[in-house]
Amino acid sequence: MANDVLVFAEHQGGKIVRPTWEALAAGQHLAQDLGTGVSAVVLGAKVADVARELATVDVADVLAVDSPLLAEYTADGYAEALRQVVTERQPRFLVFSHTYQVRDFAPKLAAALKSSFVSDCLGYRKEGDRLIFLRQVFQGKFNADVEVGGEGPALVSFQAGSFREDSVRRGAAAVKVNAVPVTLAPEKIRTKPGERFREAKQAVDLTQAEIIVAVGRGIKAPENLELVKKLAEALGAEIGASRPICDGGWLPMDRQIGSSGQTVAPKLYVALGISGAIQHQVGMKGSRTVLAINKDKEAPIFEVSTYGVVGDLFEIVPPLIEEIKKVKTG
Amino acid sequence: MVCLKQVPARDAVLRLNAAGTWIQETDINFEVNEPDIYALEEALRLKEKHGGEVVICCLGPARAQQAIKEALAKGADRALHLDDPAFQGLDAQGVALAMSRALEKEKPDLIVTGLQSDDFGYAQTGVILAELLGLPHSTIIMEIQVTGQALKVRRELEAGWFQWIEMPLPALLTIQSGINKPRYATLKGIMASKSKPIQKLTTAALGLTPADLALRQKIAKVYVPVKQTKTEFFEGSPKEIAARLVDKLKNEARVL
Repeated sequence: MANDVLVFAEHQGGKIVRPTWEALAAGQHLAQDLGTGVSAVVLGAKVADVARELATVDVADVLAVDSPLLAEYTADGYAEALRQVVTERQPRFLVFSHTYQVRDFAPKLAAALKSSFVSDCLGYRKEGDRLIFLRQVFQGKFNADVEVGGEGPALVSFQAGSFREDSVRRGAAAVKVNAVPVTLAPEKIRTKPGERFREAKQAVDLTQAEIIVAVGRGIKAPENLELVKKLAEALGAEIGASRPICDGGWLPMDRQIGSSGQTVAPKLYVALGISGAIQHQVGMKGSRTVLAINKDKEAPIFEVSTYGVVGDLFEIVPPLIEEIKKVKTG
Repeated sequence: MVCLKQVPARDAVLRLNAAGTWIQETDINFEVNEPDIYALEEALRLKEKHGGEVVICCLGPARAQQAIKEALAKGADRALHLDDPAFQGLDAQGVALAMSRALEKEKPDLIVTGLQSDDFGYAQTGVILAELLGLPHSTIIMEIQVTGQALKVRRELEAGWFQWIEMPLPALLTIQSGINKPRYATLKGIMASKSKPIQKLTTAALGLTPADLALRQKIAKVYVPVKQTKTEFFEGSPKEIAARLVDKLKNEARVL
């Protein structure tokens, strides 16, 4: 059986990153629907341990690309090494998780292969022989069905949470790790990455908060944050925010919730004037109860909310604070 | 060189077209793609510091002139407007190919783009453009330092991590939103922009054939997403809504 699906396994310092498991689950799913096999590929320097861990997954084999030039991630190195692997193996689909690293090199790889890259998909479905990929457009206001044309391998990346990491099937026994040699020239790797660092220690740890009141663009002006603070006080909540609020300096960066900020899972998440673009949703969709107040009834935040109010937060929040105080003191 | 595009305004009420293949583009307002505004601001600041020229490269129909004029009013020097009926509905590969043809002749020192568009959201055009032009690139950039022919940039990684990356010029960077505080156009800028050149480029001028622009991925259908969770909506006066919400939070969700 041909192994027509190849999954890219991302790792950081020899540790497989969480989205990789989701990509593996997606790859297994896709291979099953196509009646084909799935392989995993890992790039790096001294990747034997990572490859061994991947070999416990129910895949046909693990391809290990080992080169000192891949010791640190670079778009030039990764795209060229994977291009050589794909050219040799000719998979029909190359599956990724839509991480920052993948965003950095997968479009380059697709261009080098003259292939298509369907990025940031939510899932796919099979209609007869055709595969239709589902992705969001207009910041999640609409979904789009995307078909891939042309010959050659297609690249596809899935958004965080599209497939469950715990649905990855493990194999009965470890599969074979095949070393794949690649030829890389040091002068072709033009970027020099430095050490990874964190700006400052996260002062506020929102991940442990039981209740979070989060605020977005709908708050309109920084002076209106006073209202949000009052609601948070009444609820005994921490304050969080969507990216534009922190970008604008209205609240410090450590209050940011979403893909570039913190990932939270409180008992109650109150979203005030947050449209809920996917970058925000990935940071809060684990919340148990979500209350969203937004004037746009099409706002994607309502897709992940338990309770919704389509309306003006400046009208709803003041009586809401009063009612909460009544219940709490009563 | 700043690549920017025009997209439907954030607060526009979007409706699907009759065929369900895209949105109705009539009757809605368009604006400059927000991430691109940060890229433009970065370019203007680099010009103020190091000299040179800021050129806009924009692919889109006649309406995109508005976005170009806004950029010129903020301080860009001139613009390339890639405008041809054949450019409608291109995928990221097609847009990047057309732009690469326009930029080959320009030989810019640095190309900046927004990190993604607010409509398609591919987050690919910039990176593909770099590959087609044979340039090094880096994405999701939060800080740019230029020293001679070398570039040092701070790239954002996930969950609050960053990394400095060095590369030679010429290069391409995709800029993270929030890297700077974008300026507004001044009245003087708006007046000055009226005499700034906008060069229109068609497929013929760029030497592109229909086969070059053939779609590699096609949007077959666009539709309103089916909700995964069932949201319970509340209507009424603000006071009624507040009372019922608190009742739900206390007795159903049990969080009060």
